[in-house]
Amino acid sequence: MRKSKFLIAIFSAFFTVAVGFSQSAEERGLQIAKAAEKADEGFGSSIVELKMTLKNKNGQTSERFLTTQTLELTEDGDKSLIVFESPKDVKGTATLTFTHKVGADDQWLYLPSIKRVKRISSNNKSGPFVGSEFAYEDLSSQEVEKYAYKFLKAEGELLLVEQDPVDPKSGYTRRVVTYNKDKGYRLEKVEFYDRKNALLKTLTYSDYKLYKNKFWRALTFNMVNHQSNKETLLNFGEYNFGAELAEEDFTEVALKRVGR
Amino acid sequence: MNAIKKTKNATNAFAKNWANFIIKFKWPVLLLTILLALGLGSQGKMEFDGDYHVFFSESNPELEAFDALQEKYTKDDNVIIVLAPKNGDVFTRKNLIAIEELTAEAWNTPYSSRVDAVTNFQHTSANGDDLYVDDLSYDSANKTDAEIREIREKALKEPLLVHRIINTEGSVTAINITVRLPGENSAAEIPEVTIATREMIAKFQEKHPEFDVYTTGLVPLNTAFFESAQKDLMLTMVMLLIVVIVTLILTRNLFATLATLIVVIFSIISAMGFVGLNGIKLTPPSAVFPTMILTLAVADSIHILITFLQKVRKDGLDKKAALVESMRMNFMPVFITSLTTVIGFLTLNYGDVPPFWDLGNTVAFGMCMAFLFSTTTLPALMAIFPIWKSKKVQKQTTPKISGYTRLGEYVVGQPVKLTVISLAVIGMLAYLASKNVFNDEFVEYFDTTVQFRQDSDFINENLTGFYNVEFSVGSGESGGINNPEYLQKLNQFEDWLNEQPEVVHVNAFSEVARRVNRSMHGDDESFYRVPDNREEAAQYLLLYELSLPFGLDLNNQINVDKSESRVTVTLENNSSAEMIAFAERSEKWLRDNAPEAMHSLGVSPTLMFSKLGFRQAESMFKGNIIALLLISLVLMIALRNVKLGLLSIIPNVTPVLVGFGLWYLLKGTINTGMVIVFGMTLGIIVDDTVHFMSKFLRARRELGYDAKDAIIYAFETVGKALVTTTAVLLAGFVVLSTSSFALNSYMARITVIIIVAALIIDFILLPSLLILVSKEKKEAVSASKVQVQLDK
Repeated sequence: MRKSKFLIAIFSAFFTVAVGFSQSAEERGLQIAKAAEKADEGFGSSIVELKMTLKNKNGQTSERFLTTQTLELTEDGDKSLIVFESPKDVKGTATLTFTHKVGADDQWLYLPSIKRVKRISSNNKSGPFVGSEFAYEDLSSQEVEKYAYKFLKAEGELLLVEQDPVDPKSGYTRRVVTYNKDKGYRLEKVEFYDRKNALLKTLTYSDYKLYKNKFWRALTFNMVNHQSNKETLLNFGEYNFGAELAEEDFTEVALKRVGR
Repeated sequence: MNAIKKTKNATNAFAKNWANFIIKFKWPVLLLTILLALGLGSQGKMEFDGDYHVFFSESNPELEAFDALQEKYTKDDNVIIVLAPKNGDVFTRKNLIAIEELTAEAWNTPYSSRVDAVTNFQHTSANGDDLYVDDLSYDSANKTDAEIREIREKALKEPLLVHRIINTEGSVTAINITVRLPGENSAAEIPEVTIATREMIAKFQEKHPEFDVYTTGLVPLNTAFFESAQKDLMLTMVMLLIVVIVTLILTRNLFATLATLIVVIFSIISAMGFVGLNGIKLTPPSAVFPTMILTLAVADSIHILITFLQKVRKDGLDKKAALVESMRMNFMPVFITSLTTVIGFLTLNYGDVPPFWDLGNTVAFGMCMAFLFSTTTLPALMAIFPIWKSKKVQKQTTPKISGYTRLGEYVVGQPVKLTVISLAVIGMLAYLASKNVFNDEFVEYFDTTVQFRQDSDFINENLTGFYNVEFSVGSGESGGINNPEYLQKLNQFEDWLNEQPEVVHVNAFSEVARRVNRSMHGDDESFYRVPDNREEAAQYLLLYELSLPFGLDLNNQINVDKSESRVTVTLENNSSAEMIAFAERSEKWLRDNAPEAMHSLGVSPTLMFSKLGFRQAESMFKGNIIALLLISLVLMIALRNVKLGLLSIIPNVTPVLVGFGLWYLLKGTINTGMVIVFGMTLGIIVDDTVHFMSKFLRARRELGYDAKDAIIYAFETVGKALVTTTAVLLAGFVVLSTSSFALNSYMARITVIIIVAALIIDFILLPSLLILVSKEKKEAVSASKVQVQLDK
């Protein structure tokens, strides 16, 4: 009895090593990223309201309210539309973004004060999003093609993968992403390393909710900047997967319409 | 009177017993003191801290205001790397490529959070409804000549760049690296940044010899502080050499010199232990403590040794008797002078500048230990060492009328005349002393031999200023920075600042608002003004912020709530008084022209240093008064004479007035380091007065001399000793005055003047005064038979 247990242990050890050799860390990382993408495939579209709370290190806070609409696309990156509900002076301002698997994303902004749509021709996605600790690149659609991958280690059901951004203008050298294999490869934590490879920020996902028995959505994002000691909290409302948004809801015309 | 006599006998007996005890147990005493010194020394830790924050106490209001501003925006220090291409034109393809390279490399600086250069400047332009925000020169290698010409044109027109990142001719440019030090251990963080940037620059210069490179900024400033502290610590070695030479000349005895050396080294080792045990991190002002202790401690040993050797050589006493006699005669004077020096240094704690607290406490501790070692280790060592009698003994016994006697006779001859002349000179110099002005320009803390100073001077002359003042201008409401009224006022403030003659550059949020407004209107120059509608302003800002890259955001300029924005004014080199006047003028403009929410106080490291001297002087005032009172009290007790104790205030205070009066003629500006000299020198120069007065009193009381003869007696007995101790002190402070750091060198220079002035005053004014005072109460004094134990 004891002997057989021992043998099993030996075999499983060999097996692990063998798998390890047969697949490089890069391949395994990419595989995990793809599995995560696959797990979230088919949600179609979603609408969600969220509250963004900015905190400085003295605990002073400032809030912004937003609504985000997302349209899933498989050929190219997702399309998204963000509408600002507050502060009052930017209410109705809306951004429309087409993420692309390769190359710079397209972005438009509707400004209700002058009732015009402006196109932002910028390769810069690494700056802070409305003064928060989130960069635009942290919030935009996570396309598999935007990173190079390297599997780091497994801790139980948690898989740690290093992701190196392909975009030379990214603010990061790498991110260390923790996937939860047992929960549809949902993200648990992301650590961001800045250009000098020092830990800059940690994003923690919590209050996960399972929609349609398939799609995990975290209702709280907490981003802590370790260098400035500032933090930003995102609190999401209920996701609406039933709106059945289509391409025509993500156009310049639609942008003007949602941005009242 | 009996009681007094008893105490005198008691102290004499104590000193005798002490000496006998030490001679008897010379080996155990020596061993114990060695253990004590080494024990303390083993705790010694010489850590340096160059962070300029160390100059400000936690309660310093300027520091508090500056910290509050940094909390609102970003807390940061910087390194400014200035590149001057030898061809005189920044805008060539080759040079732009090099700048781009160095900029990219600069992001790897430890703790860096932002890098601003001409190449990565976020240039905004518009084409119809398309808004472009991009690096001014990205991928310069692939730019055409025409594009490079265009880049040059744009850069030299850009108000955010000119006089800050590029000069008007386009021949000198800067890369500004913002670092966010965690502030947990500045003694380690600052060198980390410095080493990294120096390596980076060295590599750059190797690859691109076509550039001259200069470095300045707050981190290099801190490094300069750090390095000058280390350099000044090295002055100890020079002083040690001087101690050996001086002792050898004065004692003409190798063993005595060795014993002195051991005593002073033990004192320093112990003080190092004190530094380690108290976790003191050395700064330029406090790093001079070994030199100071050396200078002050050597006098104790010399007094004891000279008497000892005299007793052996002249009076032919045997070694033990001579030692006991020397200890009996010197124990009290050495104790009193150590006590006054300790009091003087301890009063540095009243000041508002922490490095001087450390200096005061460390030297005070070192002096206590010097007293201990001079009265234990020194006699023990001399008891152990053999004594070689010199053959020249007889020659020296022939008495001759010394210069001191003649000086005494001269002074005694015309006390009134000398008093009047002295007081007139002192009065005039005191008047001049009051005309000195405070000036703490931290760039000028370093003399022109220091690289940091040379580089900063170049940058000041060719590109921008190193001095600045910052304002956090509030709007009074959340998101209020987009209120057109706020923006217009801010714009007016910006314009007003730009008109001021000392202003080199202004960085205000209104400039961002104007620039974005122009871009939103198809780059139409007539829209280069702040938006006149709040929603527009807010939405333009949102758009602009969305298009900025990592590290180049506006968080350093506007607060999280968008209720306040930061105005940074760069100034040309200014004196402290001009800096303060400028800040006050700006504050007044806001009060007179802007709503209350926009009122703001100017803050910056420059301004903090500008006010440091005033603050230190104010806080030291109380300490100086206390030092004067305590030391006068010690004198009254030591001399057992209230009137002479009070009289001693004159020769103790006037040297400082003379010192600062002459300083006005030499330099005219005083810095924070010089504020401490009153308390510090008081404890030192008082020794002269103590010795002179005690000999004078002894002559009158014990020998029954009249005032004039007593003065001549005093000159004969202590004249030489005072000149020698003054010479030793001068040597020490002259060594310190070679420091490249002005807080130390100015302090040392004025101390040199004060010490010389003190000696002259003690030789001219003091005896004259003593005669004048004694005339009135001749009987009263001579009736007294009180003896002074300060005496031989």
